[in-house]
Amino acid sequence: MTDPAAPVVEMRGISIEFPGVKALDGVDFRMFPGEVHSLMGENGAGKSTLIKALTGVYGIDAGTITLSGEHVSFSGPAQAQAAGISTVYQEVNLLPNLSVAENIMLGREPRRLGAIDWRAMRRRSAELLGGLNLDIDPGSLLGDHSLAVQQLIAIARAIDVNAKVLILDEPTSSLDTDEVAELFRVIRSLKEQGVAILFVSHFLDQVYEICDRLTVLRNGKLVGEYLVEELLRIDLVQKMIGKELTVLDDLEQRARSVVVDESDAATFVNASKLGRRGGIQPADLPIAAGEVVGLAGLLGSGRTEFARLLGGIDRADTGELTIRGKATKLRTPRQAISHRIAFSSENRRDEGIVGDLTVRDNIVLALQADRGWFRPIPKKRQDELTQSYIQTLNIRPANPDALVRNLSGGNQQKVLLARWLAIAPRLLILDEPTRGIDIGAKAEIQKLVFTLAENGMSVLFISAELEEVLRLSHRVVVLRDRRVVADLENDGLTVDALLALIADGSVEADAAELADAAELAPVTASVTSVAPADAAASAPQPPTDPASGGRA
Amino acid sequence: MNVLARVVAHRLFWPVVMLLVLFAINLIAFPGFFTVSVRDGHLFGSLIDILRNGAPTLIIAVGMTLVIATRGIDLSVGAIAAISGAVACSIILGSPTPGSLATVAVAVSVALLISLVLGVWNGFLVAVLGIQPIIATLILMTAGRGVAMLITEGQILTVNSPPFKFLGSGFWFGVPIAVIIAAVVFGLAALITRRTALGMFIESVGINPEASRQAGVRARGLLFAVYTFCAFCAAIAGLILTANTAAADANNTGLFIELDAILAVVIGGTSLAGGRYSLLGTLVGALVIQTLVTTVYTVGIPPIATMVFKAAVVTVVCLLQSPTTAEAFSGFRRRLALRAGKGVAAS
Repeated sequence: MTDPAAPVVEMRGISIEFPGVKALDGVDFRMFPGEVHSLMGENGAGKSTLIKALTGVYGIDAGTITLSGEHVSFSGPAQAQAAGISTVYQEVNLLPNLSVAENIMLGREPRRLGAIDWRAMRRRSAELLGGLNLDIDPGSLLGDHSLAVQQLIAIARAIDVNAKVLILDEPTSSLDTDEVAELFRVIRSLKEQGVAILFVSHFLDQVYEICDRLTVLRNGKLVGEYLVEELLRIDLVQKMIGKELTVLDDLEQRARSVVVDESDAATFVNASKLGRRGGIQPADLPIAAGEVVGLAGLLGSGRTEFARLLGGIDRADTGELTIRGKATKLRTPRQAISHRIAFSSENRRDEGIVGDLTVRDNIVLALQADRGWFRPIPKKRQDELTQSYIQTLNIRPANPDALVRNLSGGNQQKVLLARWLAIAPRLLILDEPTRGIDIGAKAEIQKLVFTLAENGMSVLFISAELEEVLRLSHRVVVLRDRRVVADLENDGLTVDALLALIADGSVEADAAELADAAELAPVTASVTSVAPADAAASAPQPPTDPASGGRA
Repeated sequence: MNVLARVVAHRLFWPVVMLLVLFAINLIAFPGFFTVSVRDGHLFGSLIDILRNGAPTLIIAVGMTLVIATRGIDLSVGAIAAISGAVACSIILGSPTPGSLATVAVAVSVALLISLVLGVWNGFLVAVLGIQPIIATLILMTAGRGVAMLITEGQILTVNSPPFKFLGSGFWFGVPIAVIIAAVVFGLAALITRRTALGMFIESVGINPEASRQAGVRARGLLFAVYTFCAFCAAIAGLILTANTAAADANNTGLFIELDAILAVVIGGTSLAGGRYSLLGTLVGALVIQTLVTTVYTVGIPPIATMVFKAAVVTVVCLLQSPTTAEAFSGFRRRLALRAGKGVAAS
C-alpha cells in the first residue's frame, strides 16, 4: 500500500537530550493523511518524547518538523493544537469538577456578545458526543463518568479542533473490549475523513487490528518504518527488544518445575481474618517462604486494599497477622519494612518514586530510612548498590545521578524494584509492577520474581493481566466485591476459569464449572453466594484490563 | 562553550551574578567598598558591615531553608525572635546582677529553651494536626508578638549588661560575634543535613510525602525537627538583634524578618514547592538582601525610594530564575549549539 499523497507530518533527524539522558537520536518519522500509524518500542525507547516533540511540549535539539509541507517549530502545545495536531494523553487531562460540555469546549467556548453562549456550547458538545455514539448528558459532571467514558470525552474534545493529526497515547489501557471496539469505530470514521491518527498502545492485538503502518524505536533510535500487514508479530517484537524473545517461554517451563515446600513451618506470614472497613472484608492468607501468591480481581475488588494491609500502608481494624509464627500489628510501612516486608505501590508516580531525587537516592531511600538518618550508608556502598541494581535490572540510562523523573515509566518501575530489593525483603508485595510497561521490561521483572522466589523470598503478586498471574504464581487468590472468593493451587488453572470466578456473581455455578475446568485444590475461603447490599450498591465496577489482558 | 553553558545553567549562577553586580555598583559609588582595615583590633569595612548586619537574617534563613524544603513555611520566626529577646531582657532586668556572665547565660538558655517549645508547637500543628504550614505558623506569627508584649509588659526593656551587649556587637579575634554565630549555625546545619541522611530525607519528604512514608521515612519526626530547628534559629537571631540595641522591643524586634528570610531562600534557588534545597544558595541570597540595604545607603538612594528599589532588584532576580526565562535561555543555548555544528549538538 503505497500512499500517493504527501505525508502530513514529516520529522527528520530529531534529537532531544535531557540532563544525563539522550532521549532521541536522529529519528525520522512521518504520517500520511487517512492512515492509522503506530509508534512501537519498549519503555524508554523514546515514544513519549517523540510525541512531545511533535506536540510542542519539548523543544528539539536538532532536526526539522514539517506539517503539510511547511516547516514548523512549536513553542508550546497550544501552537501545535492550533496547527491541527491534537493529543489525548494516557492519563486523562480533564477537569473532573466541570461539566462534560465545559470540558469539551474549554478554552474555545462559543461566545455571544462576549459572554459564553451556554446553549451553543451544549449543542456543539452533544453533536460531538453523538458523533462518537456516546449517549451522555453534556451537562453532567465529568468526574461522575467512568474512566473509559472520560477517555472518549477527551477524544471528542480533541476532534473538535478540526484535527489533521490525532495522537492517542495508550487510549485503550483502561477500556474493556466493547469500549475498545467503540473507540476503533470512531478511529475508522476519523480515518475516512482523512485524519492521520497516531495510535500508541502496548497491546499488539489492537495494533494489528487497527493500524496501517508502524514505526519502531529502540533506545531513542529509529529501527524502521513498516507496513503492518507485511510485518510478522514475532519480527515486530524482535525489532522492539532487539533480541530473541524466548524468555517468557523459559519462564513457563520453570514455573512448572518449581516445587514449594508448604509445610507449616515454612509459612512466613499468615493473615487470619485480616480486614479493614471500607477496604476488604476479613480474609485469610497464608504465604509460605519462597512462594509466589497471585491476587486476581477487578480494579476495586479489594486486591490492592488487602495488599496494603500486609504492607503496613493501611492499618487493619480486624483480624490478626502472624509473621514467622508471631502475632504482629503493622501500624506503619516502617514497621513492615523492619520485618522485611516491602510493598511496591501500583501508583508509581504518587506513592513510589521521588521524582526530583537521583536514581541513587531513590534506590537507597528505604534501606537508609531503615538504618535511620544518623547512620548514613557510605557513599562507596551506595554507589556499589546502585551500580549493581542498574546492571541486574538493566536500568537505562545507566546513570546513578540522573533524576528519576527523567526516566521512562518502565525504568522508574525498575528503580522502585531496586529500592525494595535493597532492603533484602522476606516478602515482596508487587502491586501491578508491570502495568504500562513493555514486554521486554515485563519479562525481566517476571524473571526476577522467579529467581527471588527460588531463593526463598515470598512474593505477593497483583496484576490485572491474568496470564501473568497464572504464569508466575504457585497459588492464586481471587477477590471480588472486596472479599476473597477463592484460593486455588495453580495447577492446570486457566485464564477462562479465573475470569469466570472474577467476573460472575453466581459463585456456586462458577465453582462447579471451575472444578471441571481445573482440578481444584480445595477452595479454602468460604464461597460467598450473596454479596452484601452495600457492596452491591456501591461503585459499579470500573472497567479494567482483564478482558483485554486475557486476549493479549 | 559547553563549560559556559554549564556555568549559566547552575542554580547559583544568577544569585551570584546579582551579588557581583551589587558589589560593582557599590564599588563605583564608593571606591573604598572592598577595603577591610583593622581598627582597635577589630575588622572594619563595608563588607564586614554587610556580614554583621546580615547575620540574623542568614541564621533564620538557614532554618527556613530546611522548613521550605519539606514543603512548609514558617511565618512565626519574627515573633519568636521578639519573644526570645523579651525573655532574655526581662530575666536580665529582673536579676540583681544584670552584668554578670551567669545571669546572661541563664537568660540566653531560657530564651533558647522557650524557642524549642514554640518550635515543637509549630511542628505539632503541622505534623500531627496536619494544618497547612502557612496557616499553622500564622497563629504564632500574630499571637507571638502579643506574648512578647505580655513578657515586656508593653515596655521597651532596655538592659545594661556588657556580656549581653557583647552578643550583638562584640568581636572575637577581630571578627564580629554575630558573624561567628551565623557561621557556626550555617556550618552545623550543612554538616548535619549533608553528612547524615537527614538532607535526603528532608528533600524526599518535600518532593513526595506519601512515597517517602511508604519507603519508611519518619516524616512526622522530621517535620518536628525542622520546625524546632527553625524556631531555635529565630531565637538566636532575636538575641543578636536585641543585644545589638540592648533593648527588647516586642513590636519591632525581627519585624518582617520572616519575609527577608523567605526571600533569601528563594533567591538562593530553593523552590517554595519543596524538595531540593541549597544552603549555599541561601547564604548568597542573604548576602544579596543585605548588600541591597547597604547599596541604598552608599548610592544615596533617598529613603522614600528604598522599598521600591529593593522590590525592583528582587523582581529581577525572580525573573532570572523563573522557568520561562530558563526555557528561553536553554533555547538560546540550543541555537548556539546548533550553529556550532552537529558535533556539539550531538554531544
